[in-house]
Amino acid sequence: MQQKKSFWKRLTGSREASLVLILVALLIVVTILSGGTFLTPSNISQIFRNNALTMLMALGMLCVLLTAGIDISITSILAFSGMTIGLLQKYDILHNTFLLFLIAALIGTGCGLLNGLIISKGKVAPIICTMGGMYIWRGLAYVISNNNWASGADVSGFSDFGKDGSVGPYIILAIAYVVFFIVMKWTTFGRRIYAVGSNAEAAEVSGINVDKVISLVYMIMGLLAGLSGALSVSIYASAQPNMQYGKEMDVIAACVIGGVSMNGGRGSVVGTFLGALFYAIVAKALPLVGLESIWQNLIKGIIVLAVVLLNVLTQRAMDRANLERREL
Amino acid sequence: MSDDLILELKGITKIFPGVKALDQVQFQLRRGEVHALMGENGAGKSTFIKVITGVHRAEEGHMYLNGQEVHFKGPKDALEAGIAAVYQHPTTYPELTVTENIFMGHEFKKNGLIQWRAMNQEAKKLLDRLDADFKPTEEMGALSVAQQQMVEIAKALSTNAKIIILDEPTAALAANESQRLYRIVDQLRDEGVSIIFISHRMEDMYRVASRVTVFRDAHYIGTYDVDKITTPDLIKAMVGREISDMYPKPDVEIGKEVFRFEGMTRTGYFKDVAMTVHAGEIVGVTGLVGAGRTETLEAVCGITKADSGHVFVDGKEVHIKKPADAMKAGIVLLPENRQTQGLILRWGLGDNVILPIQDELAKGPFKVKNEKKERELSKKYLEEVDTKAVTIFDPASSLSGGNQQKVVVAKALVQDNMKVLIMDEPTKGVDVGAKAEIYSIMGDLAKKGYGILMISSEMPEILGMSDRIYTMCKGRVTGCLDRRDATQELLLEMSMEKGNNEKKEAAE
Repeated sequence: MQQKKSFWKRLTGSREASLVLILVALLIVVTILSGGTFLTPSNISQIFRNNALTMLMALGMLCVLLTAGIDISITSILAFSGMTIGLLQKYDILHNTFLLFLIAALIGTGCGLLNGLIISKGKVAPIICTMGGMYIWRGLAYVISNNNWASGADVSGFSDFGKDGSVGPYIILAIAYVVFFIVMKWTTFGRRIYAVGSNAEAAEVSGINVDKVISLVYMIMGLLAGLSGALSVSIYASAQPNMQYGKEMDVIAACVIGGVSMNGGRGSVVGTFLGALFYAIVAKALPLVGLESIWQNLIKGIIVLAVVLLNVLTQRAMDRANLERREL
Repeated sequence: MSDDLILELKGITKIFPGVKALDQVQFQLRRGEVHALMGENGAGKSTFIKVITGVHRAEEGHMYLNGQEVHFKGPKDALEAGIAAVYQHPTTYPELTVTENIFMGHEFKKNGLIQWRAMNQEAKKLLDRLDADFKPTEEMGALSVAQQQMVEIAKALSTNAKIIILDEPTAALAANESQRLYRIVDQLRDEGVSIIFISHRMEDMYRVASRVTVFRDAHYIGTYDVDKITTPDLIKAMVGREISDMYPKPDVEIGKEVFRFEGMTRTGYFKDVAMTVHAGEIVGVTGLVGAGRTETLEAVCGITKADSGHVFVDGKEVHIKKPADAMKAGIVLLPENRQTQGLILRWGLGDNVILPIQDELAKGPFKVKNEKKERELSKKYLEEVDTKAVTIFDPASSLSGGNQQKVVVAKALVQDNMKVLIMDEPTKGVDVGAKAEIYSIMGDLAKKGYGILMISSEMPEILGMSDRIYTMCKGRVTGCLDRRDATQELLLEMSMEKGNNEKKEAAE
């Protein structure tokens, strides 16, 4: 029954390894098409800076998707928390960068906890619950700001943290990814998220508090969305109620490309990172290879579908291989 | 053996909405004994186990562990008290590794971090103890049902439990795997573990248990020493009556062939399966869980896709790609899970019954629903099967399991081109009274000249109702017996041994 896996099989058998292969291929193609001007240090740092929000929130989305849930309220939470700290600066109430980040994170955590409680205790479908949140938090962002912006001048000190050339966003990203990598692989909490998504009933029987895990997962998602709110204000040096509108789908897409299953139980931090990176590189590469930005949505959509179809086909082939091992 | 009780339950009553699942039952487990718990499906055994393990909380009753009264708030309490259960359906995490499945909930940790290497090593030790032929790092979903069951047992062992409950552990195992399990059970008993062993198989009980407790219809019937009770007495205790009056099998003239399929193959599920049914004939299909019976017939009916195979109705080949094709050809399936596949529980009975022919009844080019005709027909057929419903507007969910099954039968009858009725575990989860009624409906249908194919794991039912019996094992037909030649022992043997012998021959 046991057979040694060939090197090639191991590469293509692991989601992450095959993503790396695809990424390398993509980079080679883009480098050639752009005449060798793609992989410059400034381009690379641009890719991370421009996609820091997606990459950060993708970690929370990974956890949510692992429990077979979904959260589409994240950019609304981002807008609400971002707008709040924008206004705090606009009206000169607070200018301490650390405290502003903390406040944004706390607001996000609160919003996420509410989502989590409604979903776990109220047994409301995640997409419905977070759809409500999506309208409410975005709506609150408009109401508290009275549809005004906090301008670059208003947030001038705060935006130093995320301005071009500052290492702030990279450090946050690096810390977040390292922490999540450890938590998801080596702590019982991380493994419980997998267990709940893989088989909630079995998890309950093994004494895992499923409701608690689900609440915490949405709370973590909210925390990251809140942090992203502050990061967004800092990077783009402004706060407006419509910021990052519709970008929650980018976050979900990054996860899906990274091999996170929408049915729960399957997905990894490394895969999520690669998925987000892949998405970011495509977005950056399109103009460099001569495709205007009007093509971006079309191309992104095709990529998401292609990757997911590929995923389905590989999974089917793997299931089939498993079945063939059974002796009849 | 002294009366050194490790576990005692008294006066346990558990009520689910509309059903008393347990009514004042009691149970005593001595230290270091293997105690069999027997009873028909639906007798309350699984519910009882879930009360012991804290998954369900009983409305009434007391539970004593080592003489001390205990109240478990959840499964975790039971685990900590040293009670572990291996459930009938493996409750596994298919996406995670074997190691994780074993240690979920009690991982090895150091400084808050999981010790994967130590866990993998410990898992390997546990699997070696069970003679398992797979690695701890394999993904659970890739294992067979029998292998998953072993992981579940390893999981119980890993908690160092003092009481282990095995809920039908041999149902999915082949004979040699069962032997291995018996040895493990012996070994655990010698180590001082007390074991509750639930099984439908008499041989399990005789081989491993010293005492047996019988439940019937949510009641405690009695506890007996295994070497002092005879099989007929035990069956009578379980069923509550002499078994002969359960099965009103009519003598029907067997007609010409109505239904045949051959060469049905689906990789990993079944291989080269062929069966024939004649008019007026009831054909039983038996085998252990995982033998591929349901999978084969679902493929025949177009619910799943077979890789290859031919289906014939009245001698003519029919091509079935989807369930509607099977219905058109006159093949009707009563699915195993009537609650999810057989009925729309929230709908009224009438709407459920006429669903397959709603389109045919509809009027005009826009297919307007013909409510009057629908009502007439559904009423007629519901009366034919004698459901205990007041009106055709009652939701299907309001009926008991047995009556729900009758509604599914009515739904089959309404398709007037029906020639063959395939029944998958027709009396699963149905109480004794309704069972007899379903059998009598089956008899009537056979008299009318329909061909009936019945999948069942319950030996008495197979022996009592079938004209001919196919046995399946590991995705192949292992034999076909005439009613006169069939015995329980022979059928069990064919469901297990023969399959293995054939495989050996094939390997040589």
